[in-house]
Amino acid sequence: MSAAPMLEVRGVSAGYGTFRALFDVSLEVRAGEAVAVIGPNGAGKTTLLRVISKIIAPTAGDVVMEGTPLGPVPAHRVVELGIAHVPEHRRLFPRLTVEENLRMGAFHPAARAKFRERLDFVYELFPRMKERRNQAAGTMSGGEQQMCAIGRALMSGPKLLLMDEPSAGLAPVIVQQVFNLVKRIRAEGYTVLIVEQNIQQVLQVVDRAYLLEVGTIKQSGSSAELLASPEIRRAYLGL
Amino acid sequence: MFDTFLLESVINGILLGGVLALLALGLNLIFGVIDVVWICYAELVMIGMYAIWWLHVYYGVPLPGAIVSAVMVVALMGVLLHRLVIEPVLGKPPINQLLVTGGVLFFLQAAATLAFGIEFRNLGLRMPVVEFGDMFFSFARLLAFGTALAGVLLLWLFLTRSYLGTAIRAISQDREIMPLMGVDPRRIYLITSAIGGGMAGVAASLLVLQYDVHPAIGLSFGPITFMICVMGGLGNMLGGFLAAFVFAQFISVGGYFFQIEWGYVIAFAFFIAMMFIRPKGLFSR
Ligand SMILES: Nc1ncnc2c1ncn2[C@@H]1O[C@H](COP(=O)(O)OP(=O)(O)O)[C@@H](O)[C@H]1O
Ligand SMILES: [Mg+2]
Repeated sequence: MSAAPMLEVRGVSAGYGTFRALFDVSLEVRAGEAVAVIGPNGAGKTTLLRVISKIIAPTAGDVVMEGTPLGPVPAHRVVELGIAHVPEHRRLFPRLTVEENLRMGAFHPAARAKFRERLDFVYELFPRMKERRNQAAGTMSGGEQQMCAIGRALMSGPKLLLMDEPSAGLAPVIVQQVFNLVKRIRAEGYTVLIVEQNIQQVLQVVDRAYLLEVGTIKQSGSSAELLASPEIRRAYLGL
Repeated sequence: MFDTFLLESVINGILLGGVLALLALGLNLIFGVIDVVWICYAELVMIGMYAIWWLHVYYGVPLPGAIVSAVMVVALMGVLLHRLVIEPVLGKPPINQLLVTGGVLFFLQAAATLAFGIEFRNLGLRMPVVEFGDMFFSFARLLAFGTALAGVLLLWLFLTRSYLGTAIRAISQDREIMPLMGVDPRRIYLITSAIGGGMAGVAASLLVLQYDVHPAIGLSFGPITFMICVMGGLGNMLGGFLAAFVFAQFISVGGYFFQIEWGYVIAFAFFIAMMFIRPKGLFSR
């Protein structure tokens, strides 16, 4: 038996009003792993990440981060436990500058103390962001905004990075850059849970994946297993 | 021909503009961040003026102490206003929000009448007049102008340089993701309300040096403050700042050419005309 997982999602159900988007979803992510949740539009991938970072509360089940159940933790303190969320559609503050967006990522007290150090790290990772640091974030290209959104999440000093479709809406060349970046972030020692519809490409950069369809986990396994799975090849890879 | 009196009016307009800018800034901050209009904003200023008068004249608290206490009282009132009145109607239709803060306006007027009566009260200060060339300026106005500009500058530094200030600007752009940044939106709203109230308190201390206080005094500058905010583009703090100086020139220079009441008439006429030409504000893009 290896050590307990870093993140455990235990029997989570969630939805919006009377609508159920997730049904009894369980998964785990171990320290140092990169794990993907793949599935079609509307499967509940975004909802799952929102439950993990407590933007919405589950109707059943719980999420446990390094042994701490998130149930009683206020939403704005989840980030202090080492969970950073790069939201769907990036969600930068468009009228703040790049550097002000990065400052927001370092809002919590422990992160403020390390602001300079981490800013240097993010600028080293994304020299482009350093060039644009005084530019309003909303005026940058989609690829640049994605870098800024990832940089903002890294500013909190996370252990676990949640990424919601970082490749969505980007030109094909940029998509490849984003996946290379995910590899680079892993190599820096971050644990990653990534949600993607770009299945072929995401399976190249993660260790394991879960297939989510209409709110339930349908399959899970190593990237190689899922790439070889007849259902996934037929339904998602068009092979 | 050089007209000293006209120049004096222009300068007095600039001095008035500083105070109006400070007034507009507090209201604009609240609207820009919380998306609610404090209809009772000028009545908070009125309460601040009474607090200074009461502490200083009645209890003999030295003026600086009375002013600092009054600023804190009005800041606290801003917090209470948010907590008790605004929070329950956040996300409700704007008309509900206007009605509740409008209700607070009448409540504060009535409370002030009961507590202090309808008499005009003043601090009984004799402020010196400053002579400059052939022109005369009231020291109270110069002091008010300097303090207002310092207040505006401090607020700007706070909003652009500090973590909290950046969060206050960020929350108006995307409230839902604030918790992902480690920010509790509710706390930011309470802090913003305290700052908005505090600005009303600072404005009160500048006005009480120049004007008598009475329960309806809010009516003499509340409407102007709203018009300045609308003219500058509601929530646009820089726009409101500039609009305050435009408006003040109309009042001051218009009053020089005609009579002081006409200055206000011209300013209001300009406002109505602008609402047809640029309904989103003078400086909208
Ligand atoms: N804010 C919302 N209100 C109501 N329904 C929503 C909301 N967000 C998502 N949904 C619904 O929940 C389901 C799952 O959505 P989502 O988690 O965004 O899926 P995915 O990210 O996999 O595309 C969809 O049917 C979607 O229509
Ligand atoms: Mg999604």
